[in-house]
Amino acid sequence: MATPSSTDTATEAPGQQAGVLRPVDAPVVIEARGIDKTFRIPSHRIDSFKERMVHPFARVEYRELRALRDVSFEIRQGEFFGIVGRNGSGKSTLLKILASIYRADAGTIRMAGQPAPFIELGVGFNPDVSARENIVLNGVMMGLSQREARRRVDAVLDFAELEEFADLKLKNYSSGMMVRLAFSVMLQSDAEILLIDEVLAVGDAAFQQKCRDVFHEMRNAGRTIVLVTHDMTAVENFCHRALLLHDGELVHIGEPEHVQRQYLRLNFAGADGDSGAAKRVAVPDIHVRLVDSWLENGAGERVTNIEIGEPIRFGAAFEALRDLEQPSFGFHCYSADGLEVFAFNRRLRLEEGQPDRLVEGQRVRIGGTIQNPLMPGRYFLKSWVARLRNPGDLALHGIDVLDFVVFGTDPRRGLVSVDADVDVAPDAT
Amino acid sequence: MSTSPPTPLEPLNDPGGEVALSDVRGPSAVGGGWKRFFELLYLISVTEFKKTYFGTVLGYVWSLVRPLLLFAVLLFVFTKIFRLGSTVPNYPVMLLLNIVLIGFFQEATNNAVTSVVGQEAIVRKTQFPRLVIPMATVLTSLLNLGMNLIAVVIFMLVYGVDPTWTWLFLPLLIAILFVLTSATSLLLSSLYVRFRDIAIMWSVVAAALFYGSPILYPFDPEVVPTLEPYQSVMAINPLTPFFAQVRHWIIDPTAPTAVEAVGGWTHMIAPTAIFVAICVAGVWVFSRAAPRVAEEL
Repeated sequence: MATPSSTDTATEAPGQQAGVLRPVDAPVVIEARGIDKTFRIPSHRIDSFKERMVHPFARVEYRELRALRDVSFEIRQGEFFGIVGRNGSGKSTLLKILASIYRADAGTIRMAGQPAPFIELGVGFNPDVSARENIVLNGVMMGLSQREARRRVDAVLDFAELEEFADLKLKNYSSGMMVRLAFSVMLQSDAEILLIDEVLAVGDAAFQQKCRDVFHEMRNAGRTIVLVTHDMTAVENFCHRALLLHDGELVHIGEPEHVQRQYLRLNFAGADGDSGAAKRVAVPDIHVRLVDSWLENGAGERVTNIEIGEPIRFGAAFEALRDLEQPSFGFHCYSADGLEVFAFNRRLRLEEGQPDRLVEGQRVRIGGTIQNPLMPGRYFLKSWVARLRNPGDLALHGIDVLDFVVFGTDPRRGLVSVDADVDVAPDAT
Repeated sequence: MSTSPPTPLEPLNDPGGEVALSDVRGPSAVGGGWKRFFELLYLISVTEFKKTYFGTVLGYVWSLVRPLLLFAVLLFVFTKIFRLGSTVPNYPVMLLLNIVLIGFFQEATNNAVTSVVGQEAIVRKTQFPRLVIPMATVLTSLLNLGMNLIAVVIFMLVYGVDPTWTWLFLPLLIAILFVLTSATSLLLSSLYVRFRDIAIMWSVVAAALFYGSPILYPFDPEVVPTLEPYQSVMAINPLTPFFAQVRHWIIDPTAPTAVEAVGGWTHMIAPTAIFVAICVAGVWVFSRAAPRVAEEL
């Protein structure tokens, strides 16, 4: 478990994003220390006086759900800060605590000024009154003064392209118009700190593009933005830093790439077992250890990236920590979005009469060349080791063997580039 | 999606400077400052009010129809069937004013009970001062009351009640009723989050208050001799001296004051204590519940 203070802002990856000036020296505008939050979920809820009267001494039994434990972090002025994690990891709870919607059980939060939370579009819209009045109402809810909100009504309507419908009651709006209106109102927020939930990422492609443009704009304007998401592309595109939560615990704070990799690791480690931060680091039945892994170019030199179309030459060495009967080795290649691109598996290549087993301490060498149809982007090669030819009997849960970038340009779209010998010809009429 | 790297940040104006941080204490009854609180309160209640008055063609008429119909029926029952009305001076005026006043109390509290739960989305998804929600329903009803009182005053003048200088106390009376109504609303709306049968219980209690308070009859044993044995019990209800004083100041200056009606200053202690207790309980329960409302919903 990374300690909360172990940010790697200063040390990490100058190569990948050279020239990016991060607001490392900017003043801290959000400071969270030791945030704890437990939800008490009654297993049998007494929700009426009648029940209280009938069972006056009945103890309500609660199941405790620790949504957050001891989460600490600092966010500096002008940072675009991501909070990522799987569903139920506590990321939305954390946002709601920052936004003063929930109260933390323990810990302190200090902030420079009022933040504006955007958890869902159009909350607080009153369907029975006109768009104009709703804009003012929502503006004040966001923290504008009433006078200021009234002044900006036209700007909002203009941006939403809804001038003609200014006096139409909202109940007569289409859902698309409603989203446009809500989004335009949101843009009027003057708050220096914005807390944004991923549910904003609804709507069609054009709207999503608009959202992205706005995020970029806000980011460049030097506003401090906290974005809760599980979209790793968004983290990569926008965030200066990100925080990874898992089961309410802070796993990592730092570079988006690191967080992204940890997140993917969590996702895939969790897929074949139950969750738990410990499993990610040390699976109880690790019977195989990854000793080394590398990519190499045609000349046999180790490299970190591959040019588009160039075969993936890789090598790896595993060491058996116990005796392993009939081991098999699985390989899965994932894109940065977590999509499985391809997979294959192999058994030990045995000489005549050799037993199909590895003894404790024995090493295996893995090496070869994989055809590379991958489009430019970041990829991970994960590996697992199973015993007794049974894919369910894992000696080693999936770990990252390779993490590489395919570079170059290809005008084609998609995840892989394939040669297509396809002919399109008009029929003779 | 494009994977262009993040654009460089402009150097900040004041790198390394300190920004004053203030504690975030989480949600509360009046989160986000008093100015925002009052602006929201004003906007929401006025919006709701406008909705009832300008939303339909007959908006104002509709909001008057209910008390007027009730008034017509009760007037018929108590002057033609029970004959009570004919012995009380200015009975129709008293009845109409009382109905409009208790109507405010009932409308506001009934709407307030479910208000916080009904505004679930706002509570759970925005940073919103919780106190605004029940207070807005009370304020909306207060605006309604104001409109209805215009009709009542016209009726009084037409009926022939002589205006007295004590009419100037009407705002004070309304302020007292407003405080009681607000406190009751706060209490009910926060209890309803935990106990959903509060709504049903309150409808029973509200009906009991309607008949148990001197609304249909004056709290005056000289006019209603059958009241005498119950006088001290009924005086515990804070609404009892309230309506007695309304009658004294507005309807009939010769009627007993609140203190005379309940039987002296010592009998004022119980209703005053209950009034204060409701106010304290309302504010205390609501501000205790406010930070956790979003989780309990």
